[in-house]
Amino acid sequence: MIIVEILHFTLAVFLLLNLGAGMWRVLRGPTAADRMMAAQLFGTTAVATLLLLAQATGTSAVRDIALMFALLAAISAVAFVRLTWPEEENKDDLA
Amino acid sequence: MTLLDYLAATLLLAGAVFFLAGTLGLLRFPDVYTRLHALTKADNVGLGLTVAGLAVQAESWQVVGKLVLIWMLVLLAGASVAHLIARGALHKGIRPWTP
Amino acid sequence: MVKLAFDGLVVLLLLWLAWQTLACADLFKAILQFISFSLVMALAWVRLDALDIALAEAAIGAGITGALLLAALARLRASLDGNLSGDGASPDGREVLPVRGLILAGVALATAGLGYAVLSLPETAPGLSQQIEARLGDSGVGSRVTAVLLNFRGYDTLLEMVVLMLALVSVKTFSSTRHAGAAPQDVLQVLSRVVVLPLILVTAYFLWAGTDGHGGAFQAGSVLGAAGVLLLLSGWRLPSPHTGVPLRALIAAGPGLFVIVALVTLLLQGTLLTYPPAYAGSLILLLEIAATFSIGATLAMLFLGGLPGDEDRP
Repeated sequence: MIIVEILHFTLAVFLLLNLGAGMWRVLRGPTAADRMMAAQLFGTTAVATLLLLAQATGTSAVRDIALMFALLAAISAVAFVRLTWPEEENKDDLA
Repeated sequence: MTLLDYLAATLLLAGAVFFLAGTLGLLRFPDVYTRLHALTKADNVGLGLTVAGLAVQAESWQVVGKLVLIWMLVLLAGASVAHLIARGALHKGIRPWTP
Repeated sequence: MVKLAFDGLVVLLLLWLAWQTLACADLFKAILQFISFSLVMALAWVRLDALDIALAEAAIGAGITGALLLAALARLRASLDGNLSGDGASPDGREVLPVRGLILAGVALATAGLGYAVLSLPETAPGLSQQIEARLGDSGVGSRVTAVLLNFRGYDTLLEMVVLMLALVSVKTFSSTRHAGAAPQDVLQVLSRVVVLPLILVTAYFLWAGTDGHGGAFQAGSVLGAAGVLLLLSGWRLPSPHTGVPLRALIAAGPGLFVIVALVTLLLQGTLLTYPPAYAGSLILLLEIAATFSIGATLAMLFLGGLPGDEDRP
């Protein structure tokens, strides 16, 4: 079904553009929390993109990669909240 | 295209709209808490609609099960992380935006 | 057409993220860029049809390395007491301009050379795939990647496992483990306990799937390591009776078993790491199981900064 495949890939491109737009928040976001939550956006977007690609190319194994992302999505954010955050918050960027 | 394909396409497009809404919220809302709220809710609903759209066209029930499992895990992780970040922000003294 | 747009977007994102990771002065931002880079890299691997690598990139790059880098940043800040801006002033633009021009010219030349080399490659490059296909039946597994990693080039995997163990030893030598810190909130406790079970199940799944599909010891081991990292972050510590010899035995199990198998094959057959075809399948499974546990334990201990019991050595 070519139409379906085109739809899936187009949505995947759209999601990647979303991801690119989210990077602006990583660059700007005044607090570290803003940057971290943009990283969460990337994770969810990646899961959706991988699921779309799995359906479009017919490779069911790609869903395993989406499963991997879904499982490990939280780990960086948890590390941030427990370790990196407690100290800083008045540091400003130099860039 | 059969009716099922139209249904799937509608669900996928709706999911994409929610993803767009989440990103817009992340970029335009005035403070950490509102951005977190927009991001977590809109993105997870977007993913749920995408999963629903893909499940309609899935080739077997195992695939549907895997898709739903992935969505559940992302939901769990997203909700917990949103709570942790918001709570941390509150303790840091980041004040919510007042109009 | 749309596929080209997708691939092009992936390439642009990769280039942008790579530059941002290196050019950012704020370390935290740079770490986040790096995590995003690994994420998009996993997408690139999927598009290149290298699913085992994509799995490993997702687990190690976007998952564990992110947490490791953030932990390292926390320690760096603690040890420098927040003075991260450094005392070296960046040189003036004027004096450095010729040097920068030279470096730019060199990099452009290298890029042009690489581009020419890649573009002049033949359309289809079979590489060694014919030889691998011919001997796949004797290797004991169905997946070409696993056959190459664990059988045909088992020597490389043995050395990789030893390198991982050496990394842990070096970290243990000049670091100290951190305290458990304040008691974490309820949400974190619940999250870690709920997510650890699927993580362990997925470890077993990838270990098993590596035989004939996509997966393998490294992927499974890194998922196990991620489970360990999550538990460590929620304040869990290994109970004392298990932190001595049992933990060290677990970490050494992977490379140790590999070395034993290597020696046995050397003694029995005169060549290193050639498995008899009848036993190849079971041997590979055994090695993968040991490697999974070993990699998981090593990654979790790397995150901790040593082995438990090393708290606050000066």
